[in-house]
Amino acid sequence: MMLSQYVPVLFIIGLGIFFAVFAVVASRLLGPRRINPAKASPYECGMITLGPTHQAIPIKYYIIAMLFLVFDLEVVFLYPWAVIFRTLGVFGFVEMMIFIFILLVGFIYIWKKGALEWE
Amino acid sequence: MEFFQVQFSKADLLVVAPELVLAGFALLILLMSAFIRSERKGFLGYTALVGVIVAFVSLYWEMGIEASAFSDMVRIDPFSLFFKVMILIIVLLTVLISLAYVKREGIDFGEYYVLVFFAAVGMMLMASGANLLIIFLGLEVMSISIYILAGIMRDDVRSVEAAFKYFLLGAFASAFLLYGIALTYASTGTLDLGGIGRILAERTWINGLPILITGLALLIVGFGFKIALVPFHMWTPDVYEGAPTSVTAFMATGVKAAGFAAFVRVFFFALPSLQPYWTEIMWGLAVATMTVGNIIALSQDNIKRMLAYSSIAHAGYILVAFVAGNELGQSSILFYLLAYCFMNLGAFTVVILLGKKGEENTLISDYAGLGFGHPLLAVAMAIFMFSLAGVPPTAGFMAKFYVFSAAVKANYYWLAVIGVLNSAVAAYYYLRVLIYMYFREPEKELTIGGFSPAAVLAVIISVWGVLHIGILPSAFLSLARRSIEFLL
Repeated sequence: MMLSQYVPVLFIIGLGIFFAVFAVVASRLLGPRRINPAKASPYECGMITLGPTHQAIPIKYYIIAMLFLVFDLEVVFLYPWAVIFRTLGVFGFVEMMIFIFILLVGFIYIWKKGALEWE
Repeated sequence: MEFFQVQFSKADLLVVAPELVLAGFALLILLMSAFIRSERKGFLGYTALVGVIVAFVSLYWEMGIEASAFSDMVRIDPFSLFFKVMILIIVLLTVLISLAYVKREGIDFGEYYVLVFFAAVGMMLMASGANLLIIFLGLEVMSISIYILAGIMRDDVRSVEAAFKYFLLGAFASAFLLYGIALTYASTGTLDLGGIGRILAERTWINGLPILITGLALLIVGFGFKIALVPFHMWTPDVYEGAPTSVTAFMATGVKAAGFAAFVRVFFFALPSLQPYWTEIMWGLAVATMTVGNIIALSQDNIKRMLAYSSIAHAGYILVAFVAGNELGQSSILFYLLAYCFMNLGAFTVVILLGKKGEENTLISDYAGLGFGHPLLAVAMAIFMFSLAGVPPTAGFMAKFYVFSAAVKANYYWLAVIGVLNSAVAAYYYLRVLIYMYFREPEKELTIGGFSPAAVLAVIISVWGVLHIGILPSAFLSLARRSIEFLL
């Protein structure tokens, strides 16, 4: 009866479990493992801090944050588009492709200009 | 789900064809600037030149069409066509004068042309927007590009100061404009300019008149900031002086033209029923703008600051035509803007040609003896100064003549008298440049840093424009009249 409507949900759950297991297993099989004391400790998080931790954040972080905001907003626009994808039809598809293309140009530009390089 | 059925056709794209061309070229130049080797950067400017010419060609298909597109958001009609042509002329001249200037000042980034193009797209949307939101969007696209352009000389303290000052005050003014739009929407229930006009014309009483009047006042503040009316002019001299001169030329003409385009369309097309309320405010603003602009310009020693105050004064003259509001007044707004864009761009181009890296030569005393050292440039400068002062047979004279006769026809005798007195005062500081050029011994050797054929071409086009409009004004006036009469 109505349960057949939930097949896609079941499918998504299965896909999710599969992907999670796959990622963990694959990284275990493929990734190199060099254990040191800091890594092996519980609640390991990055390196052991050297010196005071209250420091000014480099301005580079500002650029990364700003760029993140732009592409995050792109995703925000993609969600409602996906919801009404069928009703918008070809027009919506083309329009969204133009929108993504403009952001892609910006992405190539910032990449080439080195805004994404940390050092 | 009816809402999502977007009405869309190829004709819609035609309506925004020049905007699309400019935006496309802006993206192309942006990509090129990332990949091109630094010694071949000069290529970017020529690509920009090609972009402007293609945009001109795309306008050819728009001629004579009257249509609206994108659910009545954007219109193409004689009015927007007039301003699109004018904005493209401004962009063309700006690119021409920038080719050598940006190299000289070390700001030859591709981003420079990209931002000029995006600003031009915003200006065109302001001129063709049939909805308050599109006008606001165009204004923001234009403003944000120009904030960056003003500060593009990152090592120059004055340029950064100009950008920061313009940004802070401009953001504030945008908020005023947006609030005005919100209050207009609150009392009429629509953002469509035609719809607002119909609602205001049909109702004998208006729901929430005080709200609408408040919105009207905020709209005047928002537009008044962009076109530099007194008392919203405080940013103008500092920003014009600090920004790179080519950007100053661009914003003195382009921003003003686009601001007036939106101003005229909103007030004469959507809010004509409120004319009794705004005429007196405009009367006061016109008098204040003309007088303050001209009187402070008298004491300026820096030619960029002087031209900044002169641009304030010219906004005041245009506002006189706005107050008159009759047929001649409305056409003379367009006529004046066209004349102003040629004479002002021309004057700034001469200023650029006389400077070199690290030595801008922007003091009026630097121009001493120019008439003997560089006679042709001095003649061109003299023509622009005569035109700005309003001496026949130049475009500036005819523009002032039409504006003041419109004021007289509409029985605003005092306004015309104040305007004429103001132009007499203004003659002093324009002619002072001439006196320095022809009657003073040179204080130092003026060497033209890097002779630029493109900038000389821009001067020639401007001289041609000033003289052609001044000698044969009737063709341009009837063009201006045809462009605006359908709005009435």
